[in-house]
Parts: sequence; structure tokens; C-alpha cells
Amino acid sequence: MNHVKTINSAVLKESACKGGCGECQTSCQSACKTSCTVANQKCENKK
Amino acid sequence: MVHTYKQGGYNIAVDVNSGAVHALDDAAYRVLELIPSKPVDDICPQSIIDKLKDVLDADSCKNAYRELFSLAKDGLLFADDDYIDVNRAFPENPPLKALCLHISHDCNLRCKYCFASTGDFGTGRKLMTPEIAKAAIDFVIARSQNRRNIEIDFFGGEPLMAMDSVKQAVEYAKEQGKIHNKNFRFTITTNGLALNQEYIDYINSEMSNVVLSLDGRPEVNDEMRKTVSGDGSYEYIVPKFKKLIDSRDKSLDYYVRGTFTRDNLDFTEDVLHIADLGFDQLSVEPVTAEEGCLYALQDCDKEKIFAEYEKLAEIMKERRDFNFFHFMVDLEQGPCVIKRIRGCGAGYEYAAVTPEGDVYPCHQFVGKEEYRMGNVCDDTFDKKISDEFMGYNICTRESCKKCWAKFYCSGGCSAANLNMNGNLEDSYELGCELERKRLECAIMLKVHDALNA
Repeated sequence: MNHVKTINSAVLKESACKGGCGECQTSCQSACKTSCTVANQKCENKK
Repeated sequence: MVHTYKQGGYNIAVDVNSGAVHALDDAAYRVLELIPSKPVDDICPQSIIDKLKDVLDADSCKNAYRELFSLAKDGLLFADDDYIDVNRAFPENPPLKALCLHISHDCNLRCKYCFASTGDFGTGRKLMTPEIAKAAIDFVIARSQNRRNIEIDFFGGEPLMAMDSVKQAVEYAKEQGKIHNKNFRFTITTNGLALNQEYIDYINSEMSNVVLSLDGRPEVNDEMRKTVSGDGSYEYIVPKFKKLIDSRDKSLDYYVRGTFTRDNLDFTEDVLHIADLGFDQLSVEPVTAEEGCLYALQDCDKEKIFAEYEKLAEIMKERRDFNFFHFMVDLEQGPCVIKRIRGCGAGYEYAAVTPEGDVYPCHQFVGKEEYRMGNVCDDTFDKKISDEFMGYNICTRESCKKCWAKFYCSGGCSAANLNMNGNLEDSYELGCELERKRLECAIMLKVHDALNA
């Protein structure tokens, strides 16, 4: 493509198939305790 | 839904439902802004060509449109959210998997902005006994179902004031973890004042994460974070934090975490100060304060805060010797969409336990009697409150449904909503706006990295 550079693909849709194991860290336990951000948490599903 | 914005010299498009991110040239950016919904074919409407005729020739318009159509066809632009099964995110009886243990409702600092009312959450100074701490471990194991990873955050007040209970809880959790096939991970959040070599060694051997509270520049930190006698705490804590991090295994997590208020809206200086001290995992966050409070953030501060986040992001285009928590976003393999719908899990996946053993939806609800969910000693956990918290999420909150950032922030903070709006459901708008700005910065940095790799 000449006009658009895709930085990353449809990761959310792909994650719907294998996701939901619930083993990842609870967001407020990592550092924030006051301001929610979930998208910076690590996925722990190695499948 | 597509969110477009310009930052750092880049034209960026975030496709909300697919999670795809694109960098566009000026032609594609202008064309995309004029496409209201998923295009049905690759022929650029004449209305778009006409609207852009003064800035873009027809061929460029058509070519850009064709590329955008191709992305839409491939599910990378204007994607639908029909693949999302909300029921998977909210099962009938969700497992509890994380506890914030208020091991100490006492504190050796008197921080002016403390949402815990200088440590005791307005409930009287108290330490959690080892027996209550062990009952909390039993409580979470019994409700964790098939979850293997269980997180315990030793919180306060100041948890170092109750180290005997911390140690006994850790020992007991590890022992019970073996019996029940659970992997306990411990975090401790400390102001650092009582750190000594023994505690440093213990934390570095047992805690997979440690959160160290420091607001930044000495004068900023000391204005808010004072000792009982009214001195600033900076000179006492910084050498201890350095000692802790110097001897900490690099594979283990830590954050130096600060708070900014209305008094230091130039908080980039504080972030850089902490980084210059040699700490590389940083979080500096907006204060939680009631409206009317002198240091509380106000709507009129918004533009200044936005500019400050942008300034920090510009600096971080070049400087990467530290991570800034709120600019961390994993575009390749972050949390799954189910986790992103679930959000913080307060009240059902995550709960806080007081020194008395009382259970609350999260640390910020402690002391609000109407939200007391039960007690770890009599093994009670009010499902009605749990269900109420599960009922508020990005699929039900009206402001979230239409927000481009919903899969990144995952619905925000119920406690902030309650504090600022008086109810759990209505989003705290200033908090949302700051979150969106931080995400724009975070995504811009990812685009910058990708295009300059």
C-alpha cells in the first residue's frame, strides 16, 4: 500500500478465539491503584 | 468505529473493534475522515473527491479510498464487534483471583492527598493479624475455582508496619498453594520509610512486584508526602528505594509510583526526575481527590495535562531508558478481548480485605459501609454486590459503548465514578479524557517505533 501502513493486525478479533483463561494479572494490582488501564497487561495464555 | 488523530507528526487510525492500528499519509487521512461507515465498494464517492478538490487531486483520492476499502474488506477498518461473546466475560459465578490485603490500617507518613485518610480509611488505626491474613488466603483459594494464578497485594496504610503478618501470610499461601495447585504472586506497595536491609532482602526474595511510592522532584514529593513530624520524606526514602532496586533481580517487576496533583501539572519534570535517579519502571498518576479540594484536578486543567502528556510522549520518542506505565500498550499480544470487557474485575475477580477481615469490592471502597460484601472469617461474600459490579462494563455503560478507547481502558474505575458522580455507572468524564489522551500518546509511540524500526 502507498497511503497506509498497518502497524498491527486484528489482534482483538483473533484473541476472542483463544482468550478468556483469566490467568492474567488484575490491572489494579500492577501499579495503578487509582487509574484503570487494562491494555498494558500481559497475556499469560501460552497456547 | 474508527478513531483518527494526529500526533507527533503522524496520522493515526485506530480501528476499535478489530484492534488494528494504521499510520496514514495526508491523502488517506483526509479521505478516511470523510468516510462515515464501512464502504461497500472501492469506488471513491464523488462527494469526497469534490470536498477535497482544493487539497487533493482526484487520482490520489481514488487510490487512497481503494486502499482503505481493502483494509475494511479484510476486517482491519470499520470492523464489526459481532465476534464478541459478552457472556464469556461474565460467567454466572466468576472466580475470585486477586486480593488487596489491607495488612495495615496505619501509616508512618501523613500524605496530604491520601485517599485512605492517612492510612486508616476512616476506620481506626489497626494491623491485620496473621490469623485474619491466613483466613483471607483460605477465602480466595476457596473461590478461585480453576484459576491457578492468584495475586495478593499487601497494601495499607503502610504494609511494612505489619511485616509479621505479611511474612506469615506469604508462608501460609505458599504452603496452601502447593496443596491446592495455586501459584501465588505477591506485590507490596510501600512508602519506603521503614525499609531496612532485612525487609529489602525479604521483598526481593518473595514479592514478584513491588510498588514504591515517590512523587518526583524533592519539593513536589515533600509538599505532599510528609512524615508524622511534618518533614518531607524524599531524603529518607530515595536512598532506600535505590538500595532495593539495585539488589533486585531484573526479571522481577517493580514500579516507582507517583501521584500528580493540581500543584504539579508540569509532572513530566517529575517523571524525568525519577528516571534520572536511575529507576526505569515508572508510573505517575492523577490524584484521586474529592471535588473542591485545593489540589484536586479540575476541568480547566485538562488542556495543560494533555499538553504535558504530549510533551512526555515527544521526549519518549527519543528517550527509552525508562517505561512509563500509562504509555505501555501491547498492540501485538496484549490482553484478550474477554479480559478487556471484564476490566479491573473489582467486586468479583478482585476484592479488598480490611484488618478486621471485611471484604470490599476494591481498596477504594474500603470504609464505605454500604459496599461491605462479607468477611473472610465467617466466609461470606455478597453475590448481589458482585453481580452489581459485573453489570457495569463497556457493553452496558452508555459512555463506554460509544468510546473508541473502550478496549484499552476497559471501562474505567467504578470508585472514581462513585467519588465524582455519586454512582457506579456514570463515567467520570475528566478521568476518561485523560485516559484517552494517554492512550493516544501510547499508540503514537508504537507507530513511531514501527515506522522508525
